[in-house]
Amino acid sequence: MHARLPRMLKDSAITALVAAALGIFIVGFRTYDVGKGLTFDYQFVDLGIAVVTIFFGRLGLLLAASGLRWPAFLLGTVLGAIGASPLKLPSTFLHWFVVFAGVFIILRTIWPFIDEAAAKSQRSAAGASLKQAGAKWFGAALLLIAVVLPLTPFADQQTMDLAVLILTYVMLGWGLNIVVGLAGLLDLGYVAFYAVGAYSYALLSTQYGLGFWTVLPLAGMMAATFGLVLGFPVLRLRGDYLAIVTMGFGEIIRLVLLNWVDLTNGPAGIGSIPGPTLFGAVFAENAPAGRQTFAEMMGVPFNSNQRLIFLYYIILVLALVTNFFTQRVRRLPVGRAWEALREDETACKALGINPTNTKLTAFAVGAMFAGFAGSFFAAKQRFISPESFTFIESAIILAIVVLGGMGSQIGVVLAAVLLIGMPEWFRDLGAYRMVVFGLAMVLIMVFRPRGLVSHREPSLRLHPVHRRGSA
Amino acid sequence: MAYFSQQLINAITLGAIYGLIAIGYTMVYGIIGMINFAHGDIFMIGAFISLIGFLICAALGINSAPLAIVLVLLMAMAFTAVYGWAIERTAYRPLRGSFRLAPLISAIGVSILLENYVQLAQGARPKPGGGSIVTGGFTLFSSDGFDVRVTWLQIVIVVVTVVLMAGFTWLIASTSLGRRQRACEQDMKMASLLGVNVDRTISLTFVMGAALAAVAGMLFLMYYGVVDFFIGFLAGIKAFTAAVLGGIGSLPGAMLGGLAIGLIEVFWAGYFSSEYKDVAVFAILVLVLIFRPSGLLGKPEIEKV
Amino acid sequence: MSVPLIAVEHLTMRFGGLVAVDDVSFTARPREITAIIGPNGAGKTTVFNCITGFYKPTVGRLTLRGDKEYLLERMLGHEIGQRARVARTFQNIRLFPGMTALENLMVAQHNKLMRASGMSVFGLLGLKRFRIAEADAVEIARRWLERIDLVADADRPAGELPYGAQRRLEIARAMCTEPRLLCLDEPAAGLNPRESAELNNLLVSIRDEDGVGVLLIEHDMSVVMKISDHVVVLDYGRKIAEGAPAAVRDDPAVIQAYLGTDDEALDA
Repeated sequence: MHARLPRMLKDSAITALVAAALGIFIVGFRTYDVGKGLTFDYQFVDLGIAVVTIFFGRLGLLLAASGLRWPAFLLGTVLGAIGASPLKLPSTFLHWFVVFAGVFIILRTIWPFIDEAAAKSQRSAAGASLKQAGAKWFGAALLLIAVVLPLTPFADQQTMDLAVLILTYVMLGWGLNIVVGLAGLLDLGYVAFYAVGAYSYALLSTQYGLGFWTVLPLAGMMAATFGLVLGFPVLRLRGDYLAIVTMGFGEIIRLVLLNWVDLTNGPAGIGSIPGPTLFGAVFAENAPAGRQTFAEMMGVPFNSNQRLIFLYYIILVLALVTNFFTQRVRRLPVGRAWEALREDETACKALGINPTNTKLTAFAVGAMFAGFAGSFFAAKQRFISPESFTFIESAIILAIVVLGGMGSQIGVVLAAVLLIGMPEWFRDLGAYRMVVFGLAMVLIMVFRPRGLVSHREPSLRLHPVHRRGSA
Repeated sequence: MAYFSQQLINAITLGAIYGLIAIGYTMVYGIIGMINFAHGDIFMIGAFISLIGFLICAALGINSAPLAIVLVLLMAMAFTAVYGWAIERTAYRPLRGSFRLAPLISAIGVSILLENYVQLAQGARPKPGGGSIVTGGFTLFSSDGFDVRVTWLQIVIVVVTVVLMAGFTWLIASTSLGRRQRACEQDMKMASLLGVNVDRTISLTFVMGAALAAVAGMLFLMYYGVVDFFIGFLAGIKAFTAAVLGGIGSLPGAMLGGLAIGLIEVFWAGYFSSEYKDVAVFAILVLVLIFRPSGLLGKPEIEKV
Repeated sequence: MSVPLIAVEHLTMRFGGLVAVDDVSFTARPREITAIIGPNGAGKTTVFNCITGFYKPTVGRLTLRGDKEYLLERMLGHEIGQRARVARTFQNIRLFPGMTALENLMVAQHNKLMRASGMSVFGLLGLKRFRIAEADAVEIARRWLERIDLVADADRPAGELPYGAQRRLEIARAMCTEPRLLCLDEPAAGLNPRESAELNNLLVSIRDEDGVGVLLIEHDMSVVMKISDHVVVLDYGRKIAEGAPAAVRDDPAVIQAYLGTDDEALDA
């Protein structure tokens, strides 16, 4: 039928064999704790089904790659159907696994067509200007949705909670984007500055009774100072060393928070942190002595959603400030120097640019925004503990920046919605969220290292872009 | 004095384990100049395979400890090596020649993937096991009413480490594989022009690094008697610190660095506070990178302009 | 004899046991093109790297005369560009490939613009003072783009430009730092004859119109002989001859060391 078929079969068999070797211990035997020791049972059926799926999945991809689209498409459909069918596979995960294999093959089969269509529309002038206008309108539309969201009927508590969460990550992503996307400094300890901001607010408000709006700038300054102090000795290091050292710093700060019990209350964390106020009015059913509640001030009945909506607008404004700042600073000499450093540090030195100072500003500015976000986090949660500031948080923020397309502001929004929103919407995925997450990071690097939005708009133009034919 | 000696013995044991992991970092860095962020998790996989291996041995009724250790050791090395190979093949090789930070980000992804995969497959709770395979020991000497004890396990750990180190040093110094590897380290393009299969050499480097990490994983399991899906993170950073401290790219440096980290950690915990022992290790990492980035035995890098 | 722009005295650079540059002394004068030539591995680029602060010389003194005397060997890498105003290009072009041609030239005016933007504060506030300074900088960049014939490509990423254009852009970028001394590391490498001739004109105009001293490493003898005022010949890290191009060309030591016994290349 096809001369290369035997080779493909062999290749698929090898892939399946490797998968079997990978899975035989970790998946094939499941250990259980039974009081006085461990015991295990076998999960060879599960493993077997997974390995067979991998065999056919690999075969499908190879078929698609060698131009045998129809057999590949058929195989993908069959796998998808098996996965989605009421057939009794041992676990839901396997159903998903088989379905994804099918979908993956189908995608791979039709990929060349999508790719070509996209390239074609890119090449045509109309397509290019459409894309540019589209990006602009898309951003504006997103902003509009963000502003009116709390006023729509969708704004129940669950949605608003999620929206606040996503916006927090958008802000963190935008902040880290300054460091990673613009200046090209791989910071794996970004969460440390988030923690500094959070603990600054938690301590200053619970110990000294300072309000949110007083502490917010202080927390930003505190985090920026930390950024300067930590950054100064290490920013001379090469990229990957820098990554490891910043991760080390992140862990040091977490360990200090955990062990300095006198100051931070250690693993027990800090509780009853006051929330933010609006012109002195608190968001609660009953105001403490000498204060009034928001409901009293406005003369409306109390509703627990008011607090959430208020928090939502705070984080929206904070995030927009971050975005506005970044957009603006990118057009300033210091912003251009950040990008130049990312491109070629040696050339920067030859042009008389002080690399250490320039990196330091990026590092400190990024840290400052993390500090803002951190004090918002503390005010929202009303309870913080070192557990919220683990390495995985840094990795998630980094993943948002990388997936979005380093340096792209709108990409960060898309990535945050995708990475933070999706797992919440698809609760089924829950336990598998981080697996998918890690896998996604690898796949993006392999297939789309420039991220979702790879277009870079120059910081200034000599020739303004003309509106080419308004067709 | 007795307390000091006891700490020294414990430190050497721990240092040996770190050293074995550090070799994986150093070899990979030497050949492709990337920090294999997922290496700590390979070590964790090795520990888990060993745990399950020991359970299987017990179920099969293999009661002789030396036999069980050898069987599990070989099994763990072989199957962990597959992980090393597969990761290089799928997550790193396609990124050769991509932008500078791409492999590192991919490696972070692999690390997250592996940790959560093991958590899903085996559960999040710490798994006890492997701690009672080699027991007992002897008292080296006593003074001030304090017995300095050496366990048989500590001797096993040090002996296994020394034997493997000697073997690998020989492998790199005197075999054609070692020559190919050193050639790729010097100049990958030239090596490939001279007929060295660069892809295969890099693959083998990952395989060897993973196999050594598996050994470290097994020894770790036997030493502490418990593993969980997260042990790779801390152990990985410490071993990386060891590799940097010793001079990244240098095999004896990795061993020396491992020993140094073991000493720092144990003595810090023994004399100061065990809460801050990890902070001490991180601080060492930062200080070394700032003041002596080429490490104890590494060659200084000259920036090519 | 006029005052030298840069005086290199007893420069020695060792890497471990290897002596890359061995007791080299020479001077370059302002408003002149000084060429450093020599076979591969003669230590030319090492001399450049010492002058521009990428290497710390083992021994030697590098004096640049500007508004005052700068001892380059005591300065940090970026200070040499910033204060002594020595600019350079690289043997393997080092533009900022993802940034546009115009942006490359703007980055080169960084220090001036940083001052004008009040370390970014005025810039963030959008003060007029900064806007004027920025418009001036764009105007300087535009004039350079005209001189290197890249106005139309101003908004294209530098990495997408053709090779010859990248070479010219790198020189323009160095010139945008308003240097006293411009160091060019093989600017004609890889250019075709027409591009090479254009380059000659550019370098001559930099010398004559901008009044900048040029230090040039070059293999292409047609460039060296045509435009340089002064030639320094290195071989195995030592200086073997120095003088006017014609004199150097006829120096038997140069012919012997640099070209073997065959002097055809010099006639090219």
